[in-house]
Amino acid sequence: MSAPSVSEPAAVAARGGILDRESALAKMMIAPAILYIVAMIGVPFVLAVLYSLSDATTGDPSLKFVGLRNFAAALADPVFRLSLWNTVFFTLASQCIVVLLSRLLATALLKNFRGKWLVRFLIMLPWTAPISLGTIGWLWMLDSIFSPIDWVLRYVGLLGVPGALLGAGTNLYYLGVPGLAISSIILVDVWRILPLATVIQLAGLSSIPKDLMEAAEVDGATPWRRTLMITIPLTLPITSIAFLFGVVFTFTDLVVVYVLTRGGPVHMTQVLSSWTFFKGIEGGDLAQGAAISLFMFPVLAAVAILILRMARRTEVV
Amino acid sequence: MPNLRKLAGRGGLYSLLAAFAFFGAFPFYWMVIATFKTDHDLFGPTNNPFLFNEPPTLDHLKNLLFETHFHTYLTNTLWVGLAVVVITLVVAVPAAYSLARWARGWGEMLGIGIFLTYLVPPTILFIPLSRFTSSLGLQESLWSLILVYPTFTIPFCTWLLMGFFKTIPKDIEEQAMIDGLSRFGAMWKVVLPLSISGVLTVVVFAFTLSMHEFIYALTFISVSMKKTVSIGVPTELVRGDVFQWGSLMAGALIASLPVAVVYTFFLDRFVAGFTMGAVK
Repeated sequence: MSAPSVSEPAAVAARGGILDRESALAKMMIAPAILYIVAMIGVPFVLAVLYSLSDATTGDPSLKFVGLRNFAAALADPVFRLSLWNTVFFTLASQCIVVLLSRLLATALLKNFRGKWLVRFLIMLPWTAPISLGTIGWLWMLDSIFSPIDWVLRYVGLLGVPGALLGAGTNLYYLGVPGLAISSIILVDVWRILPLATVIQLAGLSSIPKDLMEAAEVDGATPWRRTLMITIPLTLPITSIAFLFGVVFTFTDLVVVYVLTRGGPVHMTQVLSSWTFFKGIEGGDLAQGAAISLFMFPVLAAVAILILRMARRTEVV
Repeated sequence: MPNLRKLAGRGGLYSLLAAFAFFGAFPFYWMVIATFKTDHDLFGPTNNPFLFNEPPTLDHLKNLLFETHFHTYLTNTLWVGLAVVVITLVVAVPAAYSLARWARGWGEMLGIGIFLTYLVPPTILFIPLSRFTSSLGLQESLWSLILVYPTFTIPFCTWLLMGFFKTIPKDIEEQAMIDGLSRFGAMWKVVLPLSISGVLTVVVFAFTLSMHEFIYALTFISVSMKKTVSIGVPTELVRGDVFQWGSLMAGALIASLPVAVVYTFFLDRFVAGFTMGAVK
């Protein structure tokens, strides 16, 4: 790729004109993208840092600097500390489940079977359909009164009769009880990211050379041993990439929490992104909001570095 | 014996796939049921929720299409999506070509740098961008979304297209230039037509990602008539404090399925962007 292109026809270079001068053309063509990214991502990012060091509100967005007061205030706020913990916990819990399930699912999808396109379509739906609309489906499934899960539990006698395993009440109130609300959020996070991780894992699995497997089989390696010695080491980088992207998307997601619980019951499922939204936009405290959102940055930077390392390593292999 | 084992393996495979398909698609099946159930059926706690205890009805669909702003949300989404597609193509195609063809040391870094900006999440940018769009007088305007959505389409699509252009051999362009086309002409008339499928991929993603977007739309738009589908359906289809579940589910379903079908076809290419060419 980086080999100098010695074969450019000299005649073309000699013709001159802006449409023929490569270096000028190269810069002109990349300039709009760079300008846009600097103006719409770079500048706003710097602005977020400036806001976090100021006392800006929606009513008075002028910047008067107050040092690290917003960060100190955030850290002193128990709701913020809970959101920080929740963000980390929801992300790690859901993504560990996703890695295991996606590997299992990818292995199954590697096989040939009838109706594959339909199965694939159904499995991919959580990722291909707009996330807010899919989550609305979950909201109705986890409804406090009409949840079909409760109906099934009542039907089999685990719920709603005196002495039943899950209690005599008619409903479990999935989004109203802290433990169940937390589990529900993690479940929907898993549901959402599983298809993406599966497709990435599929790419990894199908890239293992066939003859390597056959050679191992000839040498008498059992399937279990082949998995342990060949599949897992060879697909580790791509599995890590699936994990890291899952982390980025879950860590920064607002939709699932916003649609399902709005952070409730009493902030028990609040995460950094939702707390940023409620403080910064609905509460109008731009400075606090910006400070809260910036707590996401170290994790994202670390993930970005890891992704780069992984990509490099796989390219070498 | 091996046949039996194969059969058992087959059975295991199918049950596993069925379980996953059930998990993935159940919320959407649930939308289908709710769309066609009468309210009386839907809200009878003793009714079997999986079956139609009363004859199906089209009332929720009629209500959705004729009594709500659903069609406005669809039109808004379409308009924003198409505008974002055009902007993304105009900016990302030249940038990707430039990076793919003329990138030496700095260019490679620049390409990766552009991709990494995709990892800067809307949840960090939406506060400053909300000030930014309102200072431009774009609050409550679809233009604010059209201006901001390329922040996630341009980095990703540039990266995807860059990989795509790299697969087209340089010789073809050189031949075209010997035949008298300018450097730019070689790209425009020779490489671009060969890249139609890459460009199509970008069209699908830019549109899909715009349609999926939630945070910016939620932050910038609060007037009902200006909402897109992804925020209009979850926030507006509520009468008083009561969710109109039937119409709500119908709306979620209708807006989800077409885009999901198209997206499924292109999913592998989308993922190729994530794996950064690590897998060939």
